[in-house]
Amino acid sequence: MTKNPPPRVGPLAAGGPAPRPLDVDGLLDDPATEIIVCCGSGGVGKTTTSASLALRAAERGRKVVVLTIDPARRLAQSMGIESLDNTPRPVPGVQGNGSLDAMMLDMKSTFDEVVLSQANPEKAQQILENPFYIALSTSFAGTQEYMAMEKLGQLHASARESGQWDLIVVDTPPSRSALDFLDAPERLSSFLDGRFIRLLLTPARGPARLMSAGFGMMTNALTKILGAGVLQDMQTFVAAFDTLFGGFRARASATYQLLQADGTAFLVIAAPEPDALREAAYFVDRLSDEQMPLAGLVVNRASASPEGRLSAEAALAAAERLDPTEDSLTAGLLRLHADRLRIVARESRLRAGFATAHPTVATAVVPALASDVHDLSGLRTVGALLARAE
Amino acid sequence: MSRSPQAGSDWPGVDLHVVTGKGGTGKSTVAAALALALASRGRNVLLCEVEGRQGIAQMFDVPPLPYEERRIATGLPAAQGERAGTVFALHIDAESALLEYLAMYYKLGRAGRALDRFGVIDFATTIAPGVRDVLLTGKVYEAAKPGRKGGTSSKAGAAYDAIVLDAPPTGRISQFLNVNSELAGLAKVGPIKAQADTVMTLFRSKRTAVHLVTVLEEMPVQETADGIGELRQAGLPVGGVVVNLVRPRDLDDSQLDAIRTGSVDPTTIGATLAKVGVEAEPELVDALLAEAADHAERRALEDGQRTLVAELGVPTYELPRIASGVDLAGLYELAATLKEQGLA
Repeated sequence: MTKNPPPRVGPLAAGGPAPRPLDVDGLLDDPATEIIVCCGSGGVGKTTTSASLALRAAERGRKVVVLTIDPARRLAQSMGIESLDNTPRPVPGVQGNGSLDAMMLDMKSTFDEVVLSQANPEKAQQILENPFYIALSTSFAGTQEYMAMEKLGQLHASARESGQWDLIVVDTPPSRSALDFLDAPERLSSFLDGRFIRLLLTPARGPARLMSAGFGMMTNALTKILGAGVLQDMQTFVAAFDTLFGGFRARASATYQLLQADGTAFLVIAAPEPDALREAAYFVDRLSDEQMPLAGLVVNRASASPEGRLSAEAALAAAERLDPTEDSLTAGLLRLHADRLRIVARESRLRAGFATAHPTVATAVVPALASDVHDLSGLRTVGALLARAE
Repeated sequence: MSRSPQAGSDWPGVDLHVVTGKGGTGKSTVAAALALALASRGRNVLLCEVEGRQGIAQMFDVPPLPYEERRIATGLPAAQGERAGTVFALHIDAESALLEYLAMYYKLGRAGRALDRFGVIDFATTIAPGVRDVLLTGKVYEAAKPGRKGGTSSKAGAAYDAIVLDAPPTGRISQFLNVNSELAGLAKVGPIKAQADTVMTLFRSKRTAVHLVTVLEEMPVQETADGIGELRQAGLPVGGVVVNLVRPRDLDDSQLDAIRTGSVDPTTIGATLAKVGVEAEPELVDALLAEAADHAERRALEDGQRTLVAELGVPTYELPRIASGVDLAGLYELAATLKEQGLA
């Protein structure tokens, strides 16, 4: 008989230290916070979190611009914008004295703009028409990361200059791995400094010492595999791009330093799933290795802990004893209760595992919403849940 | 007893199953379950991953996979005395694929090393547009080739009956599989182009099916619809939609209705609970009803999305959400469900 059901199964039963709560409003209100970067693996609600934080900050008086990468149509619409583009647009309906602008990264136009601003018109045209450039600027997995960094640098510079914004919230690209984002500047630099590029830049009849047997063998091999045209296109592209390299490298390293600065706060976004939390753990470790300022962890889509002191086992046992036809409603209720308890227990076990390995990381847990966010009030609700103001 | 291993499968002619899905929908789990399901039909299956996450090793609880085919599991035999197939796994990374490719096709022993020394391998696999995808899909193609030569295989010369590819997410799947267009304008002639053409011929053929994994929520369903459109536009064969993480069906429609309209009498529930010895404090009954109301709301939203999925006009399959998470036993359960429903 289950007269006295055992104590509830839930977060408290999962053991381990309770993580420090993340002070979202403190972070948003602090005028020293200039940049908030939201990162994490795909499908954890990164873009929604970015938009909600941006709206909350704006309604608490900040002048905010949010840079989203690939928002779902609904989310763009929720900010009152049918289709976001590469220019920040004011979001209508924001309450209070602050302001909110939103934009979506367009990697090709961002890349084109950089080329146009750095090279003379003739050279720029040459680059923009090069097939290698077209492929690089549209389909190369990684360009998005570079361009997100580029855009962040631009926004920050223009915010400093015009005073139009005092907080930039950045969503990060849905990378294969969260690390791609951090590695982007470094990778760009090492690519530009790479021996291969240097060699491509060497004129066909360069100094004899560079024309080693190895180099000849390499170009022959490449021609054999790719066909002569490709190598030539590549050479033309690199030669035309050479003048821009210095600027690219300088800006990439400036952005990297910007990310390390005190005014930046990283939020790692996750869901209570093993993959997402593993990725989050990896990212937290990586941020501390790189001395990047981590503000905390946001766990989205958490299941709400049920009320009522009835364990999953007791509920299932009771459901078994009920008449399957006559009492199917009550039996169903008991099974649902057990199902939910098991999910909650599993999620808190996963979260506790993270907290044990990363005891200093402040955490905000956001319950799963029944439906997607469709409007500003939906974003407002998520913002309030993030700040535990509801 | 002479039931062909193909009987009951909706995809009898398919031997390359590509599994994609939005992040968080569990596409890797579905790919693994599908591989097990195919193996339980007596087929030898190769499960490939290309995203460098070592997800297969974690799901099957084996050490991280090298760039080499490894035996990781055996399917459940369908009946007593029947032979079950084996699941092999392969973790494909672009760098190894390129070096292998160079060695295989160009006998580039020394030149291959020269390429590495000059940073070309690094360049080609991380920077050069499209090349990465061509290498990854090219390796899958090699594995799918009947009567293939050894390569990196530890079971040289063997051919698989089926390949399951745990592919990049829905947003990138058409681009990933459409290696031709990624290379367009770059390699117009030459062996790489020829290789891409051969790979495309397989991907566009009836031997291939691209399955999309979704959950019954707005954004993933929308993305699935978009993904199907893009695949069709690229001439790639759309397979089925696997609806994952479906909520339990412990309450039927009329019971859900009653809960939604608040017409359930708490005292009746309390009395029923008391019958089986559960001390039915009013708070407990209220809590159970509140949970049920929340569940009913989500079920209604699920049903709405299910209608949209049905309108996509492709075969659909449903997998339950397993409350305690998917371990190896859970994978076998999901595999059995997929087999029953005919995806394998």
